[in-house]
Amino acid sequence: MKTSSRAVITVIGTDAVGIIAKVSGKCSEYGVNILDITQKVYDTTFAMIMLVDTMKINISFSEFSEIMKKTGEKMGVVIRATHEDLFNAMHRI
Amino acid sequence: MIDAYDVIDTIKMIEEEHLDIRTVTMGISLVDCIRGSIKETADLIYNKITKKAEKLVPTAENISREYGVPIVNKRVSVTPISILGGAVETEDLTPLALAMQRAADTLGIDFIGGFSALVEKGFTKGDLRLINSLPSALGSTRNVCASINVGSSKAGINMDALKLMGQIIKKIAERDFMGCAKLVVFANAVQDNPFMAGAFHGVGEPECVINVGVSGPGVVKSALEKAPEADLTEVSEIIKKTAFKITRMGQLVNSLVSERLGVPSGIVDLSLAPTPAVGDSVARILEEMGLETCGGCGTTACLALLNDAVKKGGVMASSHVGGLSGAFIPVSEDEGMIAAAKSGVLTLEKLEAMTAVCSVGIDMVAVPGDTSAEVISAMIADEIAIGVINTKTTAVRIIPAAGKKVGDEIELGGLLGSAPIMPIKSTSPAKFINRGGLIPAPLHSLKN
Repeated sequence: MKTSSRAVITVIGTDAVGIIAKVSGKCSEYGVNILDITQKVYDTTFAMIMLVDTMKINISFSEFSEIMKKTGEKMGVVIRATHEDLFNAMHRI
Repeated sequence: MIDAYDVIDTIKMIEEEHLDIRTVTMGISLVDCIRGSIKETADLIYNKITKKAEKLVPTAENISREYGVPIVNKRVSVTPISILGGAVETEDLTPLALAMQRAADTLGIDFIGGFSALVEKGFTKGDLRLINSLPSALGSTRNVCASINVGSSKAGINMDALKLMGQIIKKIAERDFMGCAKLVVFANAVQDNPFMAGAFHGVGEPECVINVGVSGPGVVKSALEKAPEADLTEVSEIIKKTAFKITRMGQLVNSLVSERLGVPSGIVDLSLAPTPAVGDSVARILEEMGLETCGGCGTTACLALLNDAVKKGGVMASSHVGGLSGAFIPVSEDEGMIAAAKSGVLTLEKLEAMTAVCSVGIDMVAVPGDTSAEVISAMIADEIAIGVINTKTTAVRIIPAAGKKVGDEIELGGLLGSAPIMPIKSTSPAKFINRGGLIPAPLHSLKN
C-alpha cells in the first residue's frame, strides 16, 4: 500500500495566545515541515488545520502524535496529528 | 490541500459520534497443531497463537495513534477446536480452551474465538467432545468464545444438536451466566467473521489473515438527525454515504495492519455494531427514522432499509467485504434496545422478525432462569429456520439467568452491557425437540 508522508495537525478548542507558535515550534524540533495552515471558527469551536510533511521527521510518527496530544493537553486544547491517508480514504474516491 | 470541512467531519465522527474500528481480528489456522496428546496439542496451540499474533496489539495501537482512529478490540480467531479435539486421547477438551486463554493473556487481546464446532449434518467425535466440554471450558476461562453451527441452507438443521445445545446452555448458565454471553449458536456461520462471540477461522481460510470489523451507529444516527424532513429515498442515500466513509476507514486500517504484520488482508465486515454507550445504538437509528420506540410496528421495515443501505454504501468502499456484514441487534449491548425491551415494546417475537432482515439474530437476550431446555432449543430452532430458509446467517446468544424472573436485570459489564429479563412463551415444545433427527435442506427455488 502506498502511504503518504504528509499529515494533518488539527487544533480544536478555545482560542489562546501562542497556539500556532507552540505547535510550529514542536514541528521544527522534530523535523516536521509545515506546508499550509488554515484557521476557522465552526459554531463556537475554534479550529486550526495544518498540513505538514513528515519526510524528515526525526522520531516515529506515533511518538510525534503522542507529543502533540500532550502539548495540547497542557494548553487546554485538543491537538491531533493524523496521517493524511485517513482523510483521503474517507472523503476521496 | 485537504478540505477543512472533511477534516472536521472526520474528527467529529470519532470524537462525538463514537466512530471506531470495533475489532482487528487475526485469523490463525491451527490445523498443524493436531496431535494425539492433549498436552502436546495445548502447548502447540499456545505457541502458535502467541508467535503469529505477537505483534498484533502493539501494531494496532501504533496505527491507532498515527491515524487518530480508535481501535477498540484486538482479537484472534482460530480453526474450530473440534477438528483438533477428535485426535486427542481424552474426552474433556477444557485444556485446549485453557491454552487459548493463556495465549489471550500473553497477547493482551480481549477475546479469542474458535472453541467451535460445525455440526449442521451430524457430529464427529471431536464435535461431541467440544459441545460436552462447553460448560467447563467457558466456566473456567474469561476471554474464550465458542460457537456451534447447527444448520445451513445446503444441509438443513441438525435437531439432535439443537436438543443438546438447549441442555448445554442451561448447564453453562447454572455455573455462570457470563458463559452464555460467550456462546453463539449459528445457522450458515461464516468463516471470516471478525466479531465475537461467533468468530472462528474457517478451514477454507489461509494460514493467517487480518479481518476488520467497523462500527458507527452513532455516526449514522447523527447524519440522519441533520435531515429530519428527508423522505426514505434520501434517508437511504444518507446512510449509504455514511457507510461508505466508515468502511473506507476500516479498509485503510485493514491494509495497514496487514502490511505491517506481513499477513494477508482478509475482509472488512460492514456491520453496524452498537455499544451500551449513549449515542452508539442501532435502536436509536430506527427511532430517528420515525419510530416512537424500537420494537413497535414499522421496526422490521426500518431495519431492512438500514441494513440494505449500509451494505450498498459499504460494498464499494472495501476490496473484500465479508463476515456477517449487517446491522447487529444485541439487546444487552445497545442502550436503545435495552430501553425498548424494558418498556415491553421490544419483545422476543419482534426480535425474531427483525432477524429476517438483518444480521445476526436473537442476540444477548436474557430470559428467566426457569426456562426449560426444550423451550431454549425450540426458540433457537425458530431462529435457525429463518437463516436456513432465507440463505442467510442467523444466530442466538441467549442467557437463561438462574434465579431471575421477568422484570429483573443482569449486569454483564463492559461492551456486553446489561440485559433486562425478557418474557418467553413457556408452552412445551418437548415432543418436537425430543423427536430429534435432521430437518432436510430446503428447496432453493419456488421462493414464496
